[in-house]
Amino acid sequence: MSVHNPNFVLMVEGLTVSFDGFKAVDDLSFYVEPNECRVIIGPNGAGKTTVLDLICGRTKATAGSVNFKGNELLNMREDQIVHAGVGRKFQTPSVYEDLTVFENLELSYPKGHGVFGALAFRRDDTVTARIQEIAETIFLDDQLDEKAAFLSHGQKQWLEIGMLLIQDPELLMLDEPVAGMSVAERKKTAELLNRIIQDRSVIVIEHDMGFVEDIATRVTVLHQGKTLSEGSMERVQNDPKVVEVYLGH
Amino acid sequence: MMTNASNRFLSRSELIGFAVLAAIIFIVLPVMLDTFRLNLFGKYLTYAFVAIGLVLCWGAGGILSLGQGVFFGLGGYCMAMFLKLEASTPENTAIQSTPGIPDFMDWNQLTALPVWWEPFKVLPLALLAVVLVPVVFAFIIGVAMFTRRVGGVYFAIITQAFAAILTILIIGQQGYTGGVNGITDLRTLLGWDIRTDEAKEVLYYVNGVLLFVVLFAAQFVRKSKLGRLLIAMRDQEDRVRFSGYNVANFKIFVFCLGAAFAGIGGAMFTLQVGFMSPTLVGIVPSIEMVIFCAVGGRLSILGAVYGALLVNWAKTTFSESFPELWLLGLGGLFIAVVMAFPNGLAGIWAEQIAPRLAKLTKSGGASVPLPDAAKSPAE
Ligand SMILES: Nc1ncnc2c1ncn2[C@@H]1O[C@H](COP(=O)(O)OP(=O)(O)O)[C@@H](O)[C@H]1O
Ligand SMILES: [Mg+2]
Repeated sequence: MSVHNPNFVLMVEGLTVSFDGFKAVDDLSFYVEPNECRVIIGPNGAGKTTVLDLICGRTKATAGSVNFKGNELLNMREDQIVHAGVGRKFQTPSVYEDLTVFENLELSYPKGHGVFGALAFRRDDTVTARIQEIAETIFLDDQLDEKAAFLSHGQKQWLEIGMLLIQDPELLMLDEPVAGMSVAERKKTAELLNRIIQDRSVIVIEHDMGFVEDIATRVTVLHQGKTLSEGSMERVQNDPKVVEVYLGH
Repeated sequence: MMTNASNRFLSRSELIGFAVLAAIIFIVLPVMLDTFRLNLFGKYLTYAFVAIGLVLCWGAGGILSLGQGVFFGLGGYCMAMFLKLEASTPENTAIQSTPGIPDFMDWNQLTALPVWWEPFKVLPLALLAVVLVPVVFAFIIGVAMFTRRVGGVYFAIITQAFAAILTILIIGQQGYTGGVNGITDLRTLLGWDIRTDEAKEVLYYVNGVLLFVVLFAAQFVRKSKLGRLLIAMRDQEDRVRFSGYNVANFKIFVFCLGAAFAGIGGAMFTLQVGFMSPTLVGIVPSIEMVIFCAVGGRLSILGAVYGALLVNWAKTTFSESFPELWLLGLGGLFIAVVMAFPNGLAGIWAEQIAPRLAKLTKSGGASVPLPDAAKSPAE
């Protein structure tokens, strides 16, 4: 549908999904540049999570186009979208509780994705070194042999971020990464995100305005499945339409 | 840092668990039992093949199949067809209106061997079919269900339906399948009489060796990254999918593997018991197979073997004296296990007995390792 434009990593155009007539995302368009950190904000139920679901293939779109580096993601299966370079963190931490931190990261290591590849997969030095490196980045190098079930909520969030980092995705999508974290954990996470968003494009959903100001290149305000406002944090904050929606709630 | 121990093929405790089971199967039982009883235990062990497959599908992967009898039966029938053809020589069947075909075909007015029976004249082909026919069926069911993301209870019910359908088909097509009686009166394997005491003992050992081959294969899968992926899928299927895996392919694989194991078990049943019939295919035996696995411990491949042995032994013992009560007892046992001991015998061992044994012997200096700790599926 849309022609790939090298100025953008991701081109979302006319994206629409209707759940039994209710349009959770309604004719949405936005464009993400290389190395940009786009933050999506908006009231609860605005459709933020659904946008990420549509991009990564978890929910099938009713209409529109999602073009990632020339690939039409709407025609691709979830695992193919991952291999194209899109990583996604869920809103509630999704880690494998019965496995250790090491094993969680190992399963996310981008090798041996087929049935027979997984059977033949060997834990060699390259893999171990990479897992160690990621574990240090996400502050979990002392917990490698611990079951993920025993991690704190914040640590689980970090582990899931680490599971994405090890895949080195070109587009990283994070759904409320600091929700439910303590103040200390929040600070560490901001530090972590600032480090990992350097060489890739990122879409973050977040409520914490201080946090958003800290990391955002640009902000998209979503309201009832539509873009209400878009631009720098400062511009968006002073947009009367945004003020009205937020004060109205 | 990450120790190598958890990545080794058999940990120390698992090695001991395997050794103990080998000693029971290859030494203790043959020494203790006469040929009749040994043959009976050999029969019980054929269900262990199914239970091991269920540990991978259900315990690790979270895929509950209530239709494993289908694969057990298909393997068993493939073996029985070969043996039946060998037993139906023109000389042996001279009194039939069409000599040289199985007796039940003759009774049903068939005058020639159906084409699809032809390959079963050749032993290598029949042995191949023992594994391949169940796998192909499992593959078709798996592709149809898992690529459509049918799972959980729906999948269990559909597999149950397959068990019912296959039973009805076998019973209905008695000219081709032997009907409700099954395929009986099996005699020789390449001229070797399988009904003698010596043959029964040899077959018991063959069965034991095959069981260990299957146990090692299952252990290999569990220790591979695929084994950990199964556990991950059971807990967070979406996370696995969005880590770049095609989840359906992994489910299809483990379902086919379980079917292959079950098929081998079915063939060994036919060889040791001397017949195969639709009573081993349907809903009730399929559910019983899940109970063997649950009682033994659905996370432990060794537990599954003990579950198959113990429940079948109890069944033989009690159903002789109280045939009506047995089904009720079995149901009660299943509920009790699921409610009180979700990890079955292996869980009781790993959580209750082994730690106490270790404590007891600690004072004596030696430590007792726990066979196949069922506590943690990740190990
Ligand atoms: N699978 C679904 N079926 C029906 N309604 C849905 C589904 N997913 C989301 N919704 C609805 O779409 C709206 C947007 O949800 P969501 O994207 O989770 O909002 P946000 O993340 O912005 O809080 C909500 O009203 C929600 O109830
Ligand atoms: Mg949300």
